[in-house]
Amino acid sequence: MSHRRRISVVVNGSRHESEVEARKYLAEFLREDLGLVGTHIGCEHGVCGACTVLMDGASVRSCLVLAVQANEAEILTVEGLARDGQMHPLQEAFWEKQGLQCGYCTPGMLVRAYELLREDPDPTAEEVREGMSNNLCRCTGYQYIVEAVLDGAERMRNA
Amino acid sequence: MTETREERKWVGKSIQRVEDPKFLLGRGGYIDDFGLEGMLHAALVRSPHAHARIKNIDVEEARRLPGVIAVVTGTEAAELCDPMPDFGPDPASHEWRCLAVDKVRNVGEGVVAVVAESRDIAEDACDLVDVEYEPLAPVVDPEAAMEEDAELVHEMVGSNVAFERNLIFGDVDRDFAEAGVVVEDRLRWRRSGGQPLETVGAVASYDPGTGMLTIHENSLSFTSYLFMLAGTLKVPSNKLDIHPHPAGGSFGSKLWAVKAAAIAGMLSKATGKPVKYIEDRVDNMTNCDHHGSDRVYYAELAATNDGTLKSLRVRVIDDYGAYMQFGVGHHGNALAQVVGPYRIGSVQYHVQAVLTNKCQQGAYRGFGSEVHNWLLERMVDLVAKELEMDPVEIRRKNFIQPDQFPYFIPDGNVYDSGDYEGVLDKALELADYDYWREEQKRLREEEGRHIGIGICTAQERSVFSATEFWFWFDEPAAPVTSTPESVTLQVDAAGNVTATLYSCAFWGNSPETMVAQLVAEEFDVQPHQVNVVYSGTSQGLPATGPGGSRTTVMLAGAVEGASQKIKEKALKIAAHLLEAAPEDLEWSDGGVAVKGSPAQRKELAEIAMSAHLFKHQLPTEIESGLAADQIYDHPYTTMPSEDRKDLGVFYPIMGHACHIPVVEVDVETGLVKFLKYAAVHDAGTLVNPRSLNGHIIGGTAQGIGTALLEEYVYDEEGQLANASYQDYLIPSAMEVPELVIGHQETPSPYTVHGIKGGGEGGRMMAPAAIASAIEDALKSLGVRVNELPATPERVLDWIEEAKGLE
Repeated sequence: MSHRRRISVVVNGSRHESEVEARKYLAEFLREDLGLVGTHIGCEHGVCGACTVLMDGASVRSCLVLAVQANEAEILTVEGLARDGQMHPLQEAFWEKQGLQCGYCTPGMLVRAYELLREDPDPTAEEVREGMSNNLCRCTGYQYIVEAVLDGAERMRNA
Repeated sequence: MTETREERKWVGKSIQRVEDPKFLLGRGGYIDDFGLEGMLHAALVRSPHAHARIKNIDVEEARRLPGVIAVVTGTEAAELCDPMPDFGPDPASHEWRCLAVDKVRNVGEGVVAVVAESRDIAEDACDLVDVEYEPLAPVVDPEAAMEEDAELVHEMVGSNVAFERNLIFGDVDRDFAEAGVVVEDRLRWRRSGGQPLETVGAVASYDPGTGMLTIHENSLSFTSYLFMLAGTLKVPSNKLDIHPHPAGGSFGSKLWAVKAAAIAGMLSKATGKPVKYIEDRVDNMTNCDHHGSDRVYYAELAATNDGTLKSLRVRVIDDYGAYMQFGVGHHGNALAQVVGPYRIGSVQYHVQAVLTNKCQQGAYRGFGSEVHNWLLERMVDLVAKELEMDPVEIRRKNFIQPDQFPYFIPDGNVYDSGDYEGVLDKALELADYDYWREEQKRLREEEGRHIGIGICTAQERSVFSATEFWFWFDEPAAPVTSTPESVTLQVDAAGNVTATLYSCAFWGNSPETMVAQLVAEEFDVQPHQVNVVYSGTSQGLPATGPGGSRTTVMLAGAVEGASQKIKEKALKIAAHLLEAAPEDLEWSDGGVAVKGSPAQRKELAEIAMSAHLFKHQLPTEIESGLAADQIYDHPYTTMPSEDRKDLGVFYPIMGHACHIPVVEVDVETGLVKFLKYAAVHDAGTLVNPRSLNGHIIGGTAQGIGTALLEEYVYDEEGQLANASYQDYLIPSAMEVPELVIGHQETPSPYTVHGIKGGGEGGRMMAPAAIASAIEDALKSLGVRVNELPATPERVLDWIEEAKGLE
């Protein structure tokens, strides 16, 4: 369509200069324009959190943020967690504790957990449960996600 | 297989799942992550009415929008496609099509499909389509729908009661006449649904040069519905090739989700280009074809005065919505375990399937058996109340005993094995039952708090035979269906093993991990070294797909069979290489060794190298390669009798569980809070305990949703009032308590390793257990819980009603 804007966004450490439709959501930009399909679209209403990414260090629902709003911002997606072919300690913890089943909510969970643990590296189980409660998971019933985040916190503290 | 747990190396270990790294890295490969060169995108114009005649459709403006490639109306779609696959009674009289023709029957039903260069343009074009409707009276309430003068959802059926049958097993009248006590109630189970976070989608690509239609999709049972979908799409079944992608959750709702594939396939054929159609959330909530059960029960349970349960009489009205793709198979599921774990001698089951202007029913974890569990447990609690018996004791008194298996229930199905008292005792201990009974009393007396302890002891059927879908009808009579599942095992020249699966068994469960563990058990390799892949249908073997908790049992059977074939051949090759007689050799520690002389051996890799490269050094009858297929058929199923007084064996692998939640009900707000939740399951021999635990917890979370939060609310006009996650409430981490889980392992005598299915148990138990807990909490107020979900509003209504009766 006609309303296109140029944006410049740093995603997982790499700068991208793109021209996007003004109405394009950040989640669609990441998936379609950058091929970063790890960010998933679930409810399209900002409720489920599957599309959670960090924008300038704070979690946002990328299904509600327009790509143009991310102009000059730094974005972290699930693809930015692993380094040099090595899983992030949080990813290792989710694997070890079976903190996932179908995997669809997992990228959002990982990004949210990453944010949570940066704010508080040593939370209690109750704090993790409450902190993760803004992301929905339809498979796990959350128990092993809570265990995974606690285990990930320990791994990160010991790293 | 009768090996003991100690003898197993991998079956029974909670290894990390082999599926997980790709999901953790954001490389899951879901259907919406997939694309093809030159791919177009489709969107649907949806009906805003529950019930209306389509008078006229004007698509001219939409067609003129730049970027729009094709606009297809329902009438045009009916030329391009035949009706959708349908197992309902007399499908021609309530025809289901991928887009509505002449009339819309539920809000959200597709009316026009638009194909464009992007999804956004397709949606823009949808807004430009002008559909003129003539609204008809919406049919919403299932009981009102049954009245003679009700508006008809499908005129050709002649009634909104699309199917009715009254089955009687045993001497129900005598048992009721002789009973000391008969309790009766009307119960209402309202509709919820799987609501996976990923919707249903498909990418179709038609090649006019070859006539081949290739469809990528995230629906699971594609091997079984291939020929039916080919019929819908008017292509020969050998020219349709379906490729699976991981399902981002299903819970039944992607078990058989054929419409997205039909729409994408139709549009690709029409345009000659690849087309992607992915439901958005509104499509999925209003028109996914997989809403769960929606039932009204009129039930009676007869018992003697000492609490011996005698007979169950049920009339069930099931609101199927606008179509009935699976007929009343959901009630076949209920009949699989119709007497629960109890020695109830006779049953009357009268089903009335009603059509209304709602999204049609499909599958949701339990497939109707979870509703029956709830009904039966609610009625058992009512007998206990009537006789002033302890709810634990009445259950204990009526359990089928361990020495009574295999146990034939009155309708003819068999329960393979069980130890229900063992499960109950474990659950009571894990729940700290006696402590909480005391606490309940103390907190009531000292602090006026309403604590409730719930109990559910119920069955978890697994491994269906498809007879349950057709034994309802006298005609057409069909033979017993074998519902197979297949595996191919290939040992390559380096000795590495690849397992190929033929349905998309992945929907969040762990078929790859299960198969890897089973292969590791057979060949003494590391599970994470086994490669598990999914085949498309063009190279496919017979398969049915996951559903009814069959995957692990069926795959275990197939893996064992294929392994035996490979081991037999490996033994022959090793015999030649070791210059020994095959009968003097044995499989041992990942290779073949001479009996009594373990140092004389050949490793699997050495044997595989010979098999792949050096056939000419082997005896002439040995062909190159080391691979085997195994098609594993249902282990135990029999024909129903002609008079349907005996339905035959159709769901024999019978799990069991006991859930004990402790709740507190706030009588001011109606809010229910968990203080404790214990769950003990018996799914036979465990393969990966932590993985099963994950399913128990996740299933329980969905059961909590069903019991307390989730309901598709249709208003009087047939509008779905809560078609978003802002209004349809999925439990979050704050609503789901931490579960204390226990297992009992009573092996099945009919399956490899004694495994039983276990994927649905959480949701099959939790609603019954939670209803029981709420009722127990409000016992002093005289509240009866006979409707779910028990939203705060309903809880407060019950309290008010009970006060009014005092």
